[in-house]
Amino acid sequence: METPLTTNIQPGMGPTDLARYEAGGGYQAVRDNIGKIDPQDLLSVIMESDLRGRGGAGFPTGMKWSFVPKDDHSGHRYLVANADEMEPGTFKDRLLMEYDPHQLIEGMILAAYTISADDAYIFIRHEYHTAIQRLQEAIDAAQHQGYLGTNILGSDYHLHIHVHISAGRYICGEETALLNSLEGRRAIPRAKPPFPQVSGLWGRPTIVNNVETLCNIPHIIRRGADWFKTLGVGKDAGTKLYGASGRVNRPGCWELPIGTTCREIIEEHAGGMRAGYSLKGFLPGGASTDFLVPEHLDLAMDYDTIMKAGSRLGTGTMIILDDKTCPVGMVANLEKFFARESCGFCTPCRDGLPWVRDLLYAIEAGKGKAGDIETLERQAGFIGAMGNTHCAHAPGAIEPLSSSLRYFRDEYQAHIKGQCCPYHGGTKP
Amino acid sequence: MTIIHVDGREVTVKPNSNLLDALLSAGIDVPYFCWHPSLGSVGACRQCAVVQYANDEDQRGRLVMSCMTPVVDQARFSVSATSATVFRQSVIENLMINHPHDCPVCEEGGECHLQDMTVMVGHHDRHYEGLKRTWRNQNLGPLLNHEMNRCITCYRCVRFYQDYAGGTDLAAFASRDRVYFGRTNDGVLENEFAGNLAEVCPTGVFTDKPFSKHYTRKWDLQSAPTVCVSCSLGCNTYTAERDGLVRRVQNRFHADVNGYFLCDRGRFGADFVNSPERLRHAGQRRADGLYDVVSPEQALERIGHMLADSQRVVGIGSPRASLEANQALRALVGDDAYSNGMDDVDRSLHRIILDALQSDLSMPSLAQVESYDAVLILGEDITNHAPRLALSVRQAARNEATTLASAINLAPWQDAAVRGLAQQRLSPVMIATTTDDRLDDIARLTTRLAPEHIAQLGLAITQQILDGQATASVATNGDDNVARIAQLLVTAKKPLIISGTSSRNTEILQAAVDIARVLSDKVPTTGLFLCASECNSLGVAQLDNQQSLTGLLASSPDMVIVLENDLAIRLGPDFNHHFDRHGPTPADDATQTIKHLVVIDHLDNATISASDLFLPAATFAETQGTYVNSEGRAQRSLAVFDPTEHADSAAIRPSYAWMTAIMELSGKQSSEQKQQSVNPSSQTETLRQALVAARPSMAPILVAAEDVEYRLHGRAIARQPARYSGRTAIHANTSVHEGLHSADSESALVFSMEGEQQQAPASLRAFVWSPGWNSNQGVIKFQTQVGGSDRFGESGALLFDHQPPVEGERTVDSQVSQPQHHEGADTARLIPQHHIFGSEPLSSYAPAIAALIPAPYIRLNAAAAGVLGVQANDGLALSTQTSLGTQTALPVFRVIIDATIPEHCLIYPLIPSTRHLLDVSPANLVRVDGWQAPDVAGVDLIATDKEA
Repeated sequence: METPLTTNIQPGMGPTDLARYEAGGGYQAVRDNIGKIDPQDLLSVIMESDLRGRGGAGFPTGMKWSFVPKDDHSGHRYLVANADEMEPGTFKDRLLMEYDPHQLIEGMILAAYTISADDAYIFIRHEYHTAIQRLQEAIDAAQHQGYLGTNILGSDYHLHIHVHISAGRYICGEETALLNSLEGRRAIPRAKPPFPQVSGLWGRPTIVNNVETLCNIPHIIRRGADWFKTLGVGKDAGTKLYGASGRVNRPGCWELPIGTTCREIIEEHAGGMRAGYSLKGFLPGGASTDFLVPEHLDLAMDYDTIMKAGSRLGTGTMIILDDKTCPVGMVANLEKFFARESCGFCTPCRDGLPWVRDLLYAIEAGKGKAGDIETLERQAGFIGAMGNTHCAHAPGAIEPLSSSLRYFRDEYQAHIKGQCCPYHGGTKP
Repeated sequence: MTIIHVDGREVTVKPNSNLLDALLSAGIDVPYFCWHPSLGSVGACRQCAVVQYANDEDQRGRLVMSCMTPVVDQARFSVSATSATVFRQSVIENLMINHPHDCPVCEEGGECHLQDMTVMVGHHDRHYEGLKRTWRNQNLGPLLNHEMNRCITCYRCVRFYQDYAGGTDLAAFASRDRVYFGRTNDGVLENEFAGNLAEVCPTGVFTDKPFSKHYTRKWDLQSAPTVCVSCSLGCNTYTAERDGLVRRVQNRFHADVNGYFLCDRGRFGADFVNSPERLRHAGQRRADGLYDVVSPEQALERIGHMLADSQRVVGIGSPRASLEANQALRALVGDDAYSNGMDDVDRSLHRIILDALQSDLSMPSLAQVESYDAVLILGEDITNHAPRLALSVRQAARNEATTLASAINLAPWQDAAVRGLAQQRLSPVMIATTTDDRLDDIARLTTRLAPEHIAQLGLAITQQILDGQATASVATNGDDNVARIAQLLVTAKKPLIISGTSSRNTEILQAAVDIARVLSDKVPTTGLFLCASECNSLGVAQLDNQQSLTGLLASSPDMVIVLENDLAIRLGPDFNHHFDRHGPTPADDATQTIKHLVVIDHLDNATISASDLFLPAATFAETQGTYVNSEGRAQRSLAVFDPTEHADSAAIRPSYAWMTAIMELSGKQSSEQKQQSVNPSSQTETLRQALVAARPSMAPILVAAEDVEYRLHGRAIARQPARYSGRTAIHANTSVHEGLHSADSESALVFSMEGEQQQAPASLRAFVWSPGWNSNQGVIKFQTQVGGSDRFGESGALLFDHQPPVEGERTVDSQVSQPQHHEGADTARLIPQHHIFGSEPLSSYAPAIAALIPAPYIRLNAAAAGVLGVQANDGLALSTQTSLGTQTALPVFRVIIDATIPEHCLIYPLIPSTRHLLDVSPANLVRVDGWQAPDVAGVDLIATDKEA
């Protein structure tokens, strides 16, 4: 089993420095291609590779890049690495940045060259202090080595990479809110069209990619699209960083062929449920994805399979719900997070989520009323449908709620009927 | 045109518009909050959701926000589909989670867009049982209230304030359901258009603060269509009254003039009508210089004696009085004894503007200004002199954004996307002024020059355009700019030259005309916009009969009748020369010849104080009048109320009525009037017809509004809304009938609710109301399409036809005028600086405006300060040797050192305490020993709310 993204990341080895990165074939793709190959040829390779975005939406990366206008050279173009990893339960990009920062930088150089960008930004989550420091050191080293800066490796191609530390909002993970934030504006998502590929950072063509997506680029360029397609076990190409958190024996993050089953991830890699706990459900791709339940364990963790089961692959890092944890409390906690992280722009999200949060906490506190479930369902329908809101934040936020109402409805009813949380000590006095 | 299908109905819509605009234009009600016709679409509130079907087979469709949906030919939509109506109800329900149920004590109540939309969506049953969010409000100064608890977070305020009007001190703070719209600290909103927030806000967060002080529900207000008298642009307003008090002014949409927005002077300045300084009685001067109240009859009788005693009677008209009033005076004294009340400089300035208007130069309307893609502002401080124009120029600068957007097929109404695309890229605006300008933030190029150097810069630009090089020597830092300015103008698709009268410099104005002239030869779309001085300057300029004001006063008149004009401002030090009644001996022979000074005006001023007899005149709110604005548009303003209905104002008459009464008294009928074959039915119409008989080119003034005979379905038009009927309940214990109102013999409006209320043409529409649309947003129901002209007939009439000539046929010679050599141009002199609050005399009487008038200052550069021997924050005063020393309290000017002020220029503010300082020399300025600059922390000064 090949694990190209994490080859350099081994227990006890510490972060990969430039020498070790180069020794493993690092920057070979840069040396071979920058200034030597038509960017269009690189684009073709990425398109053929079937690489899909690893940030959550799964949009084909090559297609995204191809929307950058080819004939407009009237100004700057930008590449942005979305390192604002704030999805609860997700820590895969952190691993890549902390332990192999050059891999991201090489991916960014190749991506920027492909779209003819001359400036690139790493928009990174404020709390990732270690990654920020290691990335900056890696950028300095790469620049010193001639991989970055003006006339890269003697070519006429220039690229500067800037690390921008986010002020800390979940919504900045949405690529257009990220761009507004980067411009110094309020982190409000933009209406699309126009897409960032046409009018992005400072109104110029811009590509925003997830860190894991960009880390795949050097390997695809070096080893080819066909090789990449052989890595997956299902329809999708490549490997995927999967993760699991919750009451499993070994919470963690593993690079596996994309399409590995939920069961294999939970039972083999995460070591199964801890003693005394059993699996009640799981959010397959982070907090903003619908619950799946044990009957879904044998599904392949790829984009389409999970979609068909009524959820989303998302970031591929799952949160496990066990049988001793109250699903209402869990959902209340999630909605508290999402209501707090609403940018406040559109009505359903801004005003609808806090109402949902308040109802959930009331139910969890044993103060639920008849009709609350119906109100939750009505609000879920109001907030949750794509297109009802300005961006995907609120529909994502509603996914755990609406799926929990589907799978754990009796638990909600028990809370309201008993006027208490059954997981917190019995019946109402 | 594009055809769409809405609920099975075929609707023809504007191509490239958004669906919301298209539906509203078609008369289909769709609720909305964040969208505004002038601000475009952002899709924040989600209130305007409708269902869009993919094709004929699609029965389910999907929800789309109509404001964000482009119309496509043959597209199918449903407004009434259940999924859409349920969603729209949910939006209101969720907006209402934090909205207080304080409608009964909210000043927006009864004209609230949020109320209207709530009713429109049919939401009535609220399920939320939690607490509501509360805020601390801010004191935003004397113009606006702030009540954040009512906020529904539609973002309209910041989009108007920041994006549209260029303000920087109002912002959205925080996020989620805690977004706060306000300033970083309490304080006066700095933007000159902040008052529009009262209309832009869909609910009661920002409300009109002066209105609060004498608040009345919309349905208890009596209104009329009026024209703003606070500058030369002639913005259309609704002025509203109750119990003899003008309560407020709101925007009156006119597609060609002010659109949806007013400046703060126009909105809040009309309070002068209620001023304690109002003259409500006739007054006769006693020997001790005080005045006795006399009845109108006694006053007229006294005037009869004066007339009998006088050989030569002259009349001084006024550029702030209506055409009708000026014509009445002209008819009374005769053309050869009439002056239009402008001083000679003003007369020359407006002669230049009139000549330009009569030429084949293209002179755009205020609204058209927004369509130009390069603007040169030559020597005119538009924000402070003709404020609404500055807002239009700000939009013109965005044409670059629209151009960039069209290149990627982005519709201009996609507001956030267009702004995001264009970022700081703006169409060129070039500003040559003496001091820093409020539009500097959008300017590609700015230059600060003394006035005569601005004229030279203008000449150099003309030569550059004409010959490709400038031979005129351009002093100081202007040199580098000549070629750049000329280049930007010549390469523009539609360049615009703006100048005006604020610097009282004919050479600047002429230079602007010359630039436009030579530029028109190269770029036929060139436009020229010249700002006149006052609300009717261009009206009375056409009555100019080569009679100068000073000449007329020096022509040995026995009696002078002054119409709504403070000659102390016009004449400066010369005023005392003619009219000083205080001195122990008359100043000279001129004074002796003027035996009788009769002044007709509505506010106390120096001229009133010099009069032998004064007559209380009606203000714009109490009488009808026609005014001609900067673009030569004649507009009729109608009386809002009849002051004689109120005991304390019973003596007030319209100026023209006084004049007509005097004329009857003297048994004199003007010859022009006798010649009239028609028999007009009102006094004002008689006067207009007489005026047109004398000035046939002014004939369009007759059709500027519907006349007194107009009837709709056989009825006159009501000034009061139907719900005014509630007022009759006050006296229901004695009678359930509405009390008798005085008749309006001058217009087709009645001082009553009994009359037609809807479908009146714009010139007669007294207020905006339509079923279901109680707020000002209801204006949509009176437009042919969103933002379009009036459905029921537009108001106003252009006096000049400026069809640009067909290319190649232009015959104007390209002779350019040469600035004269200036004696003393290189010595220090005082230059007045206009201030939006303070420089216009009438509005300065409004308390809210008065609170914002700057304290006297003199701004000068360090070198000039050195010459005067002063430092920053020193006090400068006029030495008592000046001829002004005796009469007026003299201001002390705070010294402000400002490196951007051109050499030899001493800038002082044109405010009430300095208005009479015409032509004062710096030689008369002396440092005041030991003077301490008063604390001018503006906010503390006006934070009355906090103290209370």
